[in-house]
Amino acid sequence: MMSAPDRSRYPELVDGKPVVDLDSEKYVKLWHGPQHPGITGNMSLELTLCGDEVVECKTHVGYLHRGFEKLMERRTWIQNFPVVCRIAVPEPAFNEYLYAAGLEELAGIEPPERAQWIRTLNLEMMRLASFLAWLGGQAGAFGNGTIGQWTVTHRDYLLDLFEEMTGGRIYHMYMLPGGVRSGLPDGFEERLEAVLKRVEKLLKEIKLILLHNSVFKARTVGLGIIDREMIDRYGITGPNQRACGIKRDVRKDYPYLVYDRLDFEVITGTASDVYERTLVRYREMHQCIDLIRQILERMPRDGPFHEPLPNVLHWKIPPGETYVRAECTRGEKGYYIVSDGSLYPRRICIRGPSYTHAFPVMEKMAIGTDIADIAGLMVSLHTYPPEIER
Amino acid sequence: MKQLFERLRPLFAVTDFEQRRTDLAFLHIPKDYAEMLIRHLRDHEGFSHLVFFTAVDYIEDGIFRLIYMLHNYATKDTLGVYVDLSRAEPVMTSIHPLWEQAALYQRELKEMFGIDFPGSPGVDEDFLLEGWDEIPPMRREFDTRAYAEKTFFPRAGREKTDPRAHMQAQLYPDEGEK
Repeated sequence: MMSAPDRSRYPELVDGKPVVDLDSEKYVKLWHGPQHPGITGNMSLELTLCGDEVVECKTHVGYLHRGFEKLMERRTWIQNFPVVCRIAVPEPAFNEYLYAAGLEELAGIEPPERAQWIRTLNLEMMRLASFLAWLGGQAGAFGNGTIGQWTVTHRDYLLDLFEEMTGGRIYHMYMLPGGVRSGLPDGFEERLEAVLKRVEKLLKEIKLILLHNSVFKARTVGLGIIDREMIDRYGITGPNQRACGIKRDVRKDYPYLVYDRLDFEVITGTASDVYERTLVRYREMHQCIDLIRQILERMPRDGPFHEPLPNVLHWKIPPGETYVRAECTRGEKGYYIVSDGSLYPRRICIRGPSYTHAFPVMEKMAIGTDIADIAGLMVSLHTYPPEIER
Repeated sequence: MKQLFERLRPLFAVTDFEQRRTDLAFLHIPKDYAEMLIRHLRDHEGFSHLVFFTAVDYIEDGIFRLIYMLHNYATKDTLGVYVDLSRAEPVMTSIHPLWEQAALYQRELKEMFGIDFPGSPGVDEDFLLEGWDEIPPMRREFDTRAYAEKTFFPRAGREKTDPRAHMQAQLYPDEGEK
């Protein structure tokens, strides 16, 4: 029979809240972020330590709050595209797509076939670029800083391609209601294939240097285990969910764009720890490359890439509300859009996976973790603060 | 989804069912029955996933509309439960015992709309805004432009272009302003 856990090192709970007496010299308060290389974006963790062990964790956001959802209520529908892409800096395309898809549904617009393929290509390139940024952070959090330099370089090769494709490296404003702003430039496909080959080579090296690294394994195996029971209770989605063996993916379960015409399996793991989440995302990076190649092989080269829109300065979306979702790198991303029939949105609410991953999940899993592993645990949840602050 | 509504109707005071897509529907329920309905949907109808929880301010009708967006992974259905609250008494039963992230949504709604959820953990703590002493900023009567003009000051020598006039000139040079 298991004995009750020793809670003498933990703060006393009063009304469900820990009471930390700093004068007791038993605890230390430590702010992990917002200026810290081991934090994802502009957020911070307020940690209470007992020795090296975290006994309490509180997430703080608000460092870049610009009130996106409020600002969108006083801009016309089309003027909101430069706003939405700022709601997840490393992967703005998912915001563009979802906002455009929501407006298309409410306005009854069907984008042409070619636009659907180009959008899917754009989203998968975005997924790969975002995963590269994450992989560097995950490696760096455990002392492998060089890998971060390699992945950021390779992400930059993809950003070069985004610049060619859309005119912008980070914020593209490329997917508009009715389609996309342009087709692919001449020679783009060859240049994309060359970048994919470089990324593949890099991933092969990272497999040897990081995934087979005994130090990385020793520190990540068994760290930050998400129990299966936590999944629905905490609203966990994406690779954080799949790493514990639950086979759910918006692209497969609720196909959008051309995902139902691509061949892929939902990648899952079993152990549900930091190492397993790294492995699931690593395999999803290979899957991205495969999907991009399938798209390039099957997409139509001719035909319109955009449906004509009415004068967008006077464009009124019919009254109604909808919720559209997509699988971003971190899980279910969604846009709830309400129109009252006017020139402006009545309400837009953005559902980002970071909301639950960075708050209740992180706050729970940090407890009992060694301070040295907090950064790695945080990055393994893959969160972006702007989609919390909206 | 219509069958679900028919099953719920004798049990709860649900009204105004609206099927948006085959996999997305909305219904309304009075405030006093909402928590019971949501619990029932979670425990007996498979809506185990709280997708998000937010509010819309219908100031012209004097109400806040809460939206509990629930999802059933087995049937792949998404259901939006609407609850209207009087703007004069914006208080609602907390659903934090049902989902761990609900307390965070409620904390946000308290700060941004001024809707209270008594008993919800941390509901009175700041979420994003420190030292905010204006009205809750997501309420319709909060004017972001007036706030910005009052709080900040224009930078000398900065040129401004009206986005609407610029877009008109770029996109529709031959059309007059309607």
